[in-house]
Amino acid sequence: MKTLAGTVELILLVNGEERRAVVRPGDTLLRVLREKLGLTGAKCGCENGDCGACTVLLDGRPVKSCMVLAVECDDLAVTTIEGLRDHPVQQAFAEENGFQCGFCTPGQILNAAALLESHPDPDDDADREWMQANLCRCTGYEGIRNALANARRRQKPPRPPRQG
Amino acid sequence: MTRPSHLGTSPVRTDAPAKVTGTLRYTDDLVRPGTLHAAILASPHAHAQIQSIHTAAAAAAPGVRAVFTGADWPGILIGLYLGDKPPLARGNVRHHGEPVAVVVADDEAAARHALPLLHVAYAPLPALGSPREALAPGAPVLHPGMNAYARIPDILPEPGTNIANRTRIRKGDTEQAFAGADAVVEGEFSFPPGDHVALEPRVVIAEYGPDGRLEIDSSTQSPFEVRNLLARALGLPERRITVRAAPIGGGFGGKAGIMNEPLAALLAMRFPGRPVRLANTREADMLSSPGRPGLQARVRLAARADGTLLGAEIEFLFDSGGYADYAVNVSRAAAISCTGPYNIPNVHADSLCVYTNHPFATAFRGFGHIELSYATERAMDLLADRLRMDPADLRAKNLIRQGDLTPTGAPMDDNTGDLPACLAKVRERLRWDSAPHRRVMPDGTIRAKGISCFWKAPAIPTFTDAGAVLFFAEDGSATLSTGVIEIGQGAHDGLRMLIAEALKTDLDRVRVTRRVDTDLSPHDWATAASRSLFMAGRAALDAVADALDQIKQTAAVPLACAPENLDVAGGRVFLRDEPSRFLPLEKVVLGYVYPNGNSIGGPVIGRGRYITPDLSSIDPETGAGKPWLEWTLGAEGVEVEINPADGAIRVLTAACTMDVGKVVHPALARGQVVGAMGMGIGYALTEGFVFDARQTVRNGSLRDYKIQRYGEDPDYIVDFVETPQADGPFGLRGLGEQGIVGMPGCLAQAVSLAIGRPVTELPMTPECIWRKSREAAP
Repeated sequence: MKTLAGTVELILLVNGEERRAVVRPGDTLLRVLREKLGLTGAKCGCENGDCGACTVLLDGRPVKSCMVLAVECDDLAVTTIEGLRDHPVQQAFAEENGFQCGFCTPGQILNAAALLESHPDPDDDADREWMQANLCRCTGYEGIRNALANARRRQKPPRPPRQG
Repeated sequence: MTRPSHLGTSPVRTDAPAKVTGTLRYTDDLVRPGTLHAAILASPHAHAQIQSIHTAAAAAAPGVRAVFTGADWPGILIGLYLGDKPPLARGNVRHHGEPVAVVVADDEAAARHALPLLHVAYAPLPALGSPREALAPGAPVLHPGMNAYARIPDILPEPGTNIANRTRIRKGDTEQAFAGADAVVEGEFSFPPGDHVALEPRVVIAEYGPDGRLEIDSSTQSPFEVRNLLARALGLPERRITVRAAPIGGGFGGKAGIMNEPLAALLAMRFPGRPVRLANTREADMLSSPGRPGLQARVRLAARADGTLLGAEIEFLFDSGGYADYAVNVSRAAAISCTGPYNIPNVHADSLCVYTNHPFATAFRGFGHIELSYATERAMDLLADRLRMDPADLRAKNLIRQGDLTPTGAPMDDNTGDLPACLAKVRERLRWDSAPHRRVMPDGTIRAKGISCFWKAPAIPTFTDAGAVLFFAEDGSATLSTGVIEIGQGAHDGLRMLIAEALKTDLDRVRVTRRVDTDLSPHDWATAASRSLFMAGRAALDAVADALDQIKQTAAVPLACAPENLDVAGGRVFLRDEPSRFLPLEKVVLGYVYPNGNSIGGPVIGRGRYITPDLSSIDPETGAGKPWLEWTLGAEGVEVEINPADGAIRVLTAACTMDVGKVVHPALARGQVVGAMGMGIGYALTEGFVFDARQTVRNGSLRDYKIQRYGEDPDYIVDFVETPQADGPFGLRGLGEQGIVGMPGCLAQAVSLAIGRPVTELPMTPECIWRKSREAAP
């Protein structure tokens, strides 16, 4: 167990870059990303672990960054939405209108990206369990559901029909 | 030169790249260095007298710059239509969560850490837990100073009571109608207030400059309203206030009024030259800032034996909570549309906005119509039961049509949508007439269907306006400056399509400026009432016409022809009869330059404007008048599955057919309807504040306040009917809110059918369904 007081200088591995920040032990990863590192893609939706708008990946696993202290992350790889470029899930969300206002979208996309890593094939039960972590108030979830299917198609093109 | 129309295609949204990469900047992503941060202390009581507030310990805490209480601004009252709310509570607190004090500090953590050092002594007072309680004789009067409140003439508060507004509808003779009826039914229906739960909590950053100007960045749906209301509340002229609005993370009406801007402005005025940021926590967003109203309704219907409606007596008691905000107009809107989309010749309605000690209420998607629809649809179901009629047949018999008079006595005009076609389509989609409405499945679950009809008219000022400015760049592309806020609805994409269509050009040659700034954008009432594509669309088309005139004027000189012989399409201005004589737009839109350097014209700047024509206020005694611009009509239906053992409910299918005049972008139109239906499912099944006996909220966070989640979404079936709205751009009318309106009604019908008992309250949680199903059958 670590004991920390005052402020500490932290080196975080964020989106493949080493980033330094002076933080308080009580600062959440979310606040450090937004306020110290200028990565505002993760959103403060509730800061209570309920809405998922702050979801990031820690060593590839989705985590609500409002529920993690930054000082806990010094030996983990942090992936924020800014670290995802031309990912099939992003393309799918754009194509299928998996968003409206877009505020929950970074969290939805990161969680969905991890979901598809873990469950490359369609799996309604797993989808529900994973995606219930992220609230959306705009879409009624239809666009998000379609985006998951679209992203799976992109990641794993359907097998060509058998010859002869 | 013919080109395929843009209208009816579904291009990818222009904000998609920014939104899927997290690079779209919302208001709270714009914090500047040197910003001070404010944190609010909220009342733990629903109704109490503030006896003392000790601020010294908090003021001395590390990083704290100042602490303020209601006493710091003794004269200021804020309100939309009725100025009833101090920026911080003075004397009494009137609801759980009301801001009592505010700490300003160097950073947000310091401000929040100082809050527990504030010591407030309260003397609790009896708390009013419903409109009926608030109207009972002897109830405490929450706003004894109501007489002195500033208000607009359309709002009629009753000083000495808790009535913030009363709207009367008196159409025909209901006494006679009820006396001559074959069947009369009566029911009471209710639901508690709740919250919008936009994913982005409200945030405002205010700065007061040495020049005496206020600059506000706010997550608002209505920057011009904010400027105007701030000016009135603070006694500053509008010219000294600038309001900027980035795209916002969901509004649903909750950001349509005035919110934390006055408090942030007052704080900024204490720290000239420094931005002050006031960001709601989720809990503050739910309890300290306004939510949506609750309702207690009583509806009586009179009908002939064949189901023909003869009369309606309606009482709507809107639960406005501690302050009136937009709720005074929500209750008015519900009166204007009180019957739902049915032709009822005799109507007697009173719609009241009532103060209680609940969190206060503002606009919410549907604006009075989801509330009235629930009550009237439930009453229609009681009537169908009484007459042993199919509930869809009863509705079909009474649907409002062109020429029928609405409750305010004005006729449905030539633009009336085809409601019979909508209802027929939903019947078809639900297999209403070919499969049973209620089935017990082999596993013991019960499947049941419900159907409802809805209408909605925007409840807007009679002078609702929209401006548009269209200007051009060197590449010939056009940029629209509008006051419409992108709140997720896709209005900027819709406007872009209308402009490209009118300019006969490619979509990628038209842009819409994303941020709205009251210094730079033309005036626009508010991004509310599902009006943006209609009104700002009209203004945009007006601006295109103006720009085309200017383009032709300039081009006619070098092309040596009359301007009226020119046409514009495909990025060119050309002779209509000889298209090979043309100029590319980029050679014209900033002025034409001759080979020798001589120039004519100058930048083309298209100006467009719109204001609602021919709307009137309603008569305070009878409600007579024409306050509505257009009606969007539609029908909805659901099939649900209920487990009678535990009341668990799943929505299997939700269908909506709406007459929208013209579908501009089918995918975005569908998205609006589907999103609204999903929100309606949450409204009906899980949402609403839970109060204890002292009227404090027990579910004031997203841990306990349950909105729809992934996997709780049904199969959505959406169809559109296109009866043109003659005065709408390309025949369109509003569709952003309407999909929510009929959902509680059809869900309640389905649940009632499933359990054999009429449901009268929302939300229909599993526990409520389970309890209700164990009551004695009627």
